[in-house]
Amino acid sequence: MKFLRDTWLVYQRQMLLVGRTPARLVIGFLQPIAYLLLFAPLLKNALSSTGATSYADAYRVYVPGLLVVLVLLSGFFAGFGLLAELRSGVIERSRVTPASRVALILGRALSEVTTLMGQAVVITVVAIPFGLTVDLGWLLVAYVMLALMALMACGFSYAIAMLIPSPAALGPLINTISQPLSLLSGVLLPLTLAPAWLVGIAEWNPIYWTTNGTRALFTGNPGDPAVWQGMVVIIVLAAITVTWATKMFAKQVR
Amino acid sequence: MIEVKGLRKSFTVGKRRKARSVEAVRGVDLSVAEGEIFGFLGPNGAGKTTTARILCTLVEPDGGDAVIAGADLREDPGTVRQRVGYVPQGGTTTDEVTAREELVLQARMYGIGKAEAIERSEKALASFELTEFADRQCRTYSGGQRRRVDIAMGIIHEPKVLFLDEPTTGLDPQSRAHLWDEVRRLRDAGMTVFLTTHYLEEADALCDRIAIIDHGEIVALGTPTELKHGVAGDVVTVGLNGAAPRAAELLEGSSYVRKLEVGEGGLRLYVEDGTTAMPQIMRALDGHDIAFDTVELHRPSLDDVFLIKTGRSLRDK
Ligand SMILES: Nc1ncnc2c1ncn2[C@@H]1O[C@H](COP(=O)(O)OP(=O)(O)O)[C@@H](O)[C@H]1O
Ligand SMILES: [Mg+2]
Repeated sequence: MKFLRDTWLVYQRQMLLVGRTPARLVIGFLQPIAYLLLFAPLLKNALSSTGATSYADAYRVYVPGLLVVLVLLSGFFAGFGLLAELRSGVIERSRVTPASRVALILGRALSEVTTLMGQAVVITVVAIPFGLTVDLGWLLVAYVMLALMALMACGFSYAIAMLIPSPAALGPLINTISQPLSLLSGVLLPLTLAPAWLVGIAEWNPIYWTTNGTRALFTGNPGDPAVWQGMVVIIVLAAITVTWATKMFAKQVR
Repeated sequence: MIEVKGLRKSFTVGKRRKARSVEAVRGVDLSVAEGEIFGFLGPNGAGKTTTARILCTLVEPDGGDAVIAGADLREDPGTVRQRVGYVPQGGTTTDEVTAREELVLQARMYGIGKAEAIERSEKALASFELTEFADRQCRTYSGGQRRRVDIAMGIIHEPKVLFLDEPTTGLDPQSRAHLWDEVRRLRDAGMTVFLTTHYLEEADALCDRIAIIDHGEIVALGTPTELKHGVAGDVVTVGLNGAAPRAAELLEGSSYVRKLEVGEGGLRLYVEDGTTAMPQIMRALDGHDIAFDTVELHRPSLDDVFLIKTGRSLRDK
């Protein structure tokens, strides 16, 4: 109970800060919206070999990928926020209280997840006039999967940030990790277009499974095994990274 | 109220082959009585912050034991957290949040219910004279106002012991005086205050007892008066224009000089008895045609205590 209450306190505080710095939200939006408006229209022809015949088909394939990139990349950069807070003394101040250690990390991560899911909803809504059609129930399941991806990415980023607490070193490292992860997951175009050797590599990438799962939910194939496989993969990964981040946080001594 | 025995902590700095160990705290023993302002005086890097953070459960010590407000640091850190308040060195307020929001949050992090947290914040704001701008974002506050918010947060859960890490660093003289009054008020209300500082004046004027720490070790401990009396005799300073090295050579080893330091503008001589030593010093300098501007007699200060114990001055830093 105390753990839930503390998580809620931290979460509320972080959401208050999000509300007070709206510029950050807007900047987070610009890139995905630009991709949606300027890149997705190219896809109708590019995807024709997979049976896409309309803009609606193209958006159904592209929007889930875009959302995966959004939550993954933004989530991976959450560690920078944590470093800034560590330097400012805010975290030091929370660590001297008896508040649950897990709550300090989880409350922060959940507020990042909320922000990202808010952005995901807006992007979905913007895509509807272009012909995106989704089933509301399965869309919600897709959002759950995306939220878990965001949580996994935040947990990972927090843990790495505490391992390498220098923003200058953290940036390149996170780029190095996130680029291949997203390229090898088929977020831009489904890897059904890829040669077999590339798919062979991608199968080792957990994000490949979750991207396929999300895409199956958006394209109206909820029965596709990719859905439950992706869900299992991401639940396990999120649990691992959040636990890791909490461990790192508890012994972090700066 | 605080009992510390053999506290040790070292950090590893640098990577791999260049890694070396820094002994931040090496065997600190101290005991702080209930209701006193205990000062931890030392230069930068002496280990003050590390000691305070260990005692607030933020850093695990490598060795040693401590009992704080009746709770054992190793066995029962949860109770220690409930009973101590800690105000870190750099301040902890967030730009975009108001003082009232900060206080309510901090109270609630200690497990205090919402209504009570609001009430306590209101009181704390009033007693630290913050009510007027309590609903303005912290970015608009002066340094002194921010520091008062920090301290108000440190005591919002009514701790028995309050740790203040360099509370007046970076404050103007007026805010500093104001803050000293706040700290005395807390002590008078029964709180035990452990504060670190590198200001001699602060240790001297504010603290009931002080420990002087250097390179992670306590080199002197007592009331400011005791410590100053511990430096037997008087201090004579001689203002010399560039002739300090020559004068030092001349006076070094004289029977009436116990210890001698070459400073910026002259010499600092520790002597048995100032009134007899002064004329002797002047005669010696005159006899060798060394011109001096001033000769002054002082009672020893805390800086002299530090100088005698460590061979360095705290003031130059
Ligand atoms: N987290 C840390 N990692 C490595 N070295 C540290 C850490 N914290 C303190 N130190 C080192 O320990 C010594 C004592 O530091 P500190 O306790 O901050 O001194 P003070 O507060 O008296 O200025 C310094 O040499 C400092 O560089
Ligand atoms: Mg310090």
